Amino acid sequence: MARFIKGAKSGSRDQSQDSGAIWMAASSEQKQKSKGGDEGSSDESSEGSQKMAKKGEELKEDMDSLMEEIDSVLEENAEEFVKNYVQRGGE
Amino acid sequence: MAIPTVMGTEIEYGIIVKNDPEFDPISSCVLLVNAYREDPEGRILWDYDQENPLADARGFQVDGEKYTPNQQENIARNKTLINGARYYVDHAHPEYSSPEVTNARDLVIHEKAGERILEVSRREANVLLPEGATMLLHKNNSDQKGNSYGCHENYLMDRRTSFKRIVENLLPFFVTRQIYCGSGKVGSENRNQPCDFQISQRADFFETEVALDTMVKRPIINTRDEPHADREKYRRLHMIVGDSNMSEYTIYLRNGVTAILLSMIEDGAIDRDLSLMNPVRAIKEVSHDPSLSLEMQLDNGKRMTAIEIQNEFLDMALTYAAKNSLDAVSMDVLEKWQYVMQRLADNPMDLSREIDWVAKKHILDGFIERKELEWDDSRVKMLDLQYHDTRPDKGLYYMLERQNRVERICSDDEINAAAHRPPEDTRAYFRGECLRRYPGEVFGVNWDSISFAVGEEPVRRIMMNEPLKGSRTYVEELLDKSESASELLANMG
Repeated sequence: MARFIKGAKSGSRDQSQDSGAIWMAASSEQKQKSKGGDEGSSDESSEGSQKMAKKGEELKEDMDSLMEEIDSVLEENAEEFVKNYVQRGGE
Repeated sequence: MAIPTVMGTEIEYGIIVKNDPEFDPISSCVLLVNAYREDPEGRILWDYDQENPLADARGFQVDGEKYTPNQQENIARNKTLINGARYYVDHAHPEYSSPEVTNARDLVIHEKAGERILEVSRREANVLLPEGATMLLHKNNSDQKGNSYGCHENYLMDRRTSFKRIVENLLPFFVTRQIYCGSGKVGSENRNQPCDFQISQRADFFETEVALDTMVKRPIINTRDEPHADREKYRRLHMIVGDSNMSEYTIYLRNGVTAILLSMIEDGAIDRDLSLMNPVRAIKEVSHDPSLSLEMQLDNGKRMTAIEIQNEFLDMALTYAAKNSLDAVSMDVLEKWQYVMQRLADNPMDLSREIDWVAKKHILDGFIERKELEWDDSRVKMLDLQYHDTRPDKGLYYMLERQNRVERICSDDEINAAAHRPPEDTRAYFRGECLRRYPGEVFGVNWDSISFAVGEEPVRRIMMNEPLKGSRTYVEELLDKSESASELLANMG
């Protein structure tokens, strides 16, 4: 099995959000808090289940806001679009 | 000792014009590519003399006709950009070939710059369309109806490395790599087993293990032997097995891990036999199993999951990294690969910030649950397509990015700069700088050559057989003291 490098993590680099002239970011810019890091463990089971419930609530809220955004961008007439989306094979 | 990494990608985009009953993909591609006008004269040719797509890495030449367009068609279909990239019409798709880079981080930056260049030209092209018609582009690989188009990765390799060994080592790697490189797809195609959702856009289309074809009977390992460099020293591995990815993190792993594997193959550091009994069947089965629990039969009689096989490669890579001095980007890739393998084993759905297929499935699972839909609902298929839409306000991936729901590898500033600036550490620098400094005097370009037409002189072609020469270190001084191409040629002697 692999010898894992200590502290392997996702790690994101510096994230400049500036947009240059070439890239017009959508106007409805909404920055949202990303989901938190790894949750710590607790010996107290009640505290643990509270945390789980809170986490579940957060995930639900997060999904609600994601779905709201998707409803606002979903292409209209999906059925017709999907039917007409025909490409020639490439490469 | 493995040769230094040089790599690039060629991405074909899906193209459609909404509300245009006369839509023709080829003329739409020509309109699109010509809408991007960084060269006001627009007279530079792509140099087809330098191409030989019929040479096979197994040591023979395949019969067939080499495509060479006439001059007018050549100019209409090809744009070579000042960032060293090629932007052109390939069959019925717009294609962006990144400039050569030396590491996975620069690869991400330049592949992303390509997305933005296509989006800028899409907007310009739309102005020229009839009222009500809208051109759309998708960085995907399938129309959900059995037609596929590619994402090709290119890696420079030492020609002394046996092609047979490359194939043996890479087959199990490519069959299983998709668990962190797939872009995800709703349904199946090409007469494969029906499924709701699968990991890869492309897996359904592979029908053979090794071959030269790219359009029919697609092989997991493509044998095109066209190095675009000194063919005595190098081969260019032309890999057609991957998906077009939107996630920077996924692109970073796709090219970064593969580059490490190829260095290991050159150095003979793959010392475990992971040969699969049936790679063509396995690549589809892995793709159709988002739970990642499927076991594949190996030639040695063992059965292993995709995670177990990738962990074997990871383990060998860690041993390799401990014995060899890898560059900082490779070490970072290795660290992220480890992280992703841990998460895949725990719960793949935890990787919605990093991996495309997980990000897409996360959206689709939520949408289906909320709306109480079935997987074959056209709105679900629409979201699948829209994940790859190049419009920043409509593309679902860009929506995730805007909402800080995905990990980034580079900044927007770096991507925007790369649309106009070549990488500095490969011959792409010389190509791009010549196009920027002497646009009126460049006659033709290919990956390994650039030719100049100066006054009444015969056209003179400069060969660039060494991908790491022509870098800023090598040529900046020469370019700075050459005000014109004529002076450049004189200074080169």
